[in-house]
Amino acid sequence: MAADLDLTPTTAAQGTRLPLYAEEHEALRASARAFVANELAPHVEAWEAAEDFPRDEVFRTVGAGGWLGLKFDERWGGSGPDYLAHAVWLEELVRTGSAGLNADLGAHADLALLYVDRNGDDQHKERYLRPGIAGETVGALGITEPGAGSDVAGITTRARRDGDDWVITGEKTFITNGAWCDWIVLAVKTDPEAADQHRAISLFVVDTDLPGVQQQRLKMLGWRLSHTGQLRFDDVRVPASAMLGAEGSGFLQIMQNFAWERVSMSIGASTAAQRTLEAAIAYAKERHAFGRPIASFQVWRHRFADLATRIATARALTYHALRLHVANETGHDVDPIALMRATAMAKLSTQRLAFEVADECVQVHGGYGYMMEYPAQRWWRDARLGPIGGGTDEIMKEILAKTYGL
Amino acid sequence: MHTVVPDDAVRIGEPFTEEHESLRGAVRRWAEDEIAPNAEQWEADEWFPDEVFRRAGELGFLGLTVPERYGGQGGDYWSTVVRAEELARGRSGSVSMALAVQSDMATPPILKFGTEQQKQDYLVPSVTGEKIACLGITEPEAGSDVARIRTRAQRVSDGWVINGSKMFITNGVRADYCTMVVRTSPADEGDGLGWSGISLFLVDTDLDGFHVSRKLDKVGMRASDTAELSFTDLHVPDTALLGTEGQGFKQIMWELQGERLISAIGAVAGAQFMFERGLEYSRQRHAFGRPIGSFQVQKHRLMDIATRVGASRRLVYEACDRWNRGEYAINEVAMVKLDTAQLSFWVADEVMQLFGGYGYSQEFPIERAWRDSRLMRIGGGTDEVQREIISKLMGL
Repeated sequence: MAADLDLTPTTAAQGTRLPLYAEEHEALRASARAFVANELAPHVEAWEAAEDFPRDEVFRTVGAGGWLGLKFDERWGGSGPDYLAHAVWLEELVRTGSAGLNADLGAHADLALLYVDRNGDDQHKERYLRPGIAGETVGALGITEPGAGSDVAGITTRARRDGDDWVITGEKTFITNGAWCDWIVLAVKTDPEAADQHRAISLFVVDTDLPGVQQQRLKMLGWRLSHTGQLRFDDVRVPASAMLGAEGSGFLQIMQNFAWERVSMSIGASTAAQRTLEAAIAYAKERHAFGRPIASFQVWRHRFADLATRIATARALTYHALRLHVANETGHDVDPIALMRATAMAKLSTQRLAFEVADECVQVHGGYGYMMEYPAQRWWRDARLGPIGGGTDEIMKEILAKTYGL
Repeated sequence: MHTVVPDDAVRIGEPFTEEHESLRGAVRRWAEDEIAPNAEQWEADEWFPDEVFRRAGELGFLGLTVPERYGGQGGDYWSTVVRAEELARGRSGSVSMALAVQSDMATPPILKFGTEQQKQDYLVPSVTGEKIACLGITEPEAGSDVARIRTRAQRVSDGWVINGSKMFITNGVRADYCTMVVRTSPADEGDGLGWSGISLFLVDTDLDGFHVSRKLDKVGMRASDTAELSFTDLHVPDTALLGTEGQGFKQIMWELQGERLISAIGAVAGAQFMFERGLEYSRQRHAFGRPIGSFQVQKHRLMDIATRVGASRRLVYEACDRWNRGEYAINEVAMVKLDTAQLSFWVADEVMQLFGGYGYSQEFPIERAWRDSRLMRIGGGTDEVQREIISKLMGL
């Protein structure tokens, strides 16, 4: 056959109408990839085995590389704000192969620092954002409690006023970085009797070295490298200046910041699904059965094609949510319902998928997939958190249903 | 500063301009006013009037991306997307499919590979709807395995003589001409796959030797005519050859990209339309003293549908964006074809469940959508064929 048959579409070639990353982002991707390959990935197996990593060394190295400040202003030591640059970082961070490590870094940069940046005053930013971007201190976000998770209005940790101070009492759990954070953005009830419970909540930034704070690490199915923990607050006294944003605005702040949490989790899960599929395929090409690579059996070829298609679909939706989020952050008039739907749908369509891909990865590994010496089981355990954390799949459907008036 | 929003986007995050949106309005009016009210009757008749093609041509909907010198609008691919999306409101999978065969399957190879004379003789009257086109690939013994087709064209002094048959040909009963895949020389032993020796022809259906053997009876898409065709010593002139002799396999693989893309857009639009009907019904219908949409299981069912439709649409848009940028995006096209075919039938089934007994009865159009959408997983290359393409491109 002649090789020169022109097979381009007949429509005149146009520019993209779905722009996302720019050239500068692709350049950044190369350096993020090199950083992850050189500074983090080589240590992951040893850290995972020890279920621990050197906190200060890792956070400072990542901070010094500039990776914690991509979406924050230069004024505070960042290089942004550029959410797309940070999205590139999140995609490349997946290459550590450790969801637990990435979770600790994410809880710091995508949750704790995000709240300080978006809702804090200059004093908060000087004290928490600047050193946080440098990786000199580690933050966490404390919303969930033993008795209230997605039902944020149901939290019972409370702060009562005492002169110019506030005194905090209560308990938080499932807090990523909670076992070792230096400070925590804490959701508490400041007006438990409020008629509108959504106005009852305020946020504080609380240093964990204050008297009355206790931190404890939790044992988990996966994310073993993450320092997820529970915290107790027994009459912890903080000054009025520790309040983040206005009194009673906590619920609203949380709802607004959920958007990025969902987008960042969707980026992580869709990328992890892709990486896991690649690992499964690599193994299937290597492993022989009945005289040929198992990747050549039609059932596996079709299963891989299905997974690749589902991943592509979920990633396209994630990019749509990312595009809307970035547009919203850069002054475009984004329909809030469209944004809420896109972020909730993205989270819903990526998390269970990442787990299902990991499950197929275990399956293709056969007996080896079930053995602790291979990482497939770890990816499988790690991925199971996705449909639970950051608002369960069921909660995503409840949120979506409200946007449709159901 | 880098932006993620094109200057002329009407809604943030969506690819469409003012021009696309005004086209959307025009297609929607036509679909709602002139197609939807007749859809049930046409299904019962197992036919819709040829006039629909002429009306679509008159409104400019058959040449949206065809250059103006051939009577088209010279628009970008997003105008095709808008048309396919809004046609779903006509509630007739049959009409949507017939029009897609005309504008996005049988005629693009003429624009792409044809001579100026062929464009004047076939493309121009197809854009106006005066001529109806069909596409002849599948045969009784070979469908997705295009290289195994047996319909032969023998060279004679003043043209070609064609013998053979074609199967499952949409518009085949009424078509004025057929864009046909024919073997012009035996498969080259060398390529081992039978790709060589295949060519495309434009064949007038009123020629001696062209027979509509039968009109096929189908489980769905009943208003659309599907034919088995046979050719006995069918004589066509030299000028009937479309493109280069022996390049037909590549040319038809090119055609299939546009075919699969338009079917994917239509499948998502159909799924969205069914979701909206389900949502509406879940608010109206009461059981146990409250709207069924207030039961959490139905609510979550609907949100699962909304999420899958939303996700599928985004991948379709990405594939369309590539196509519109001039990329031959085989991988993305196979993925969206596979994904949306499964989506549309699954959504129809879920919505049927929501509608209960009414979903199963012919009083409501849900059972028809269920039957119609089942075709998506078979036509234009089965799910299994798409998986073969995707896995091959993954190096498997």
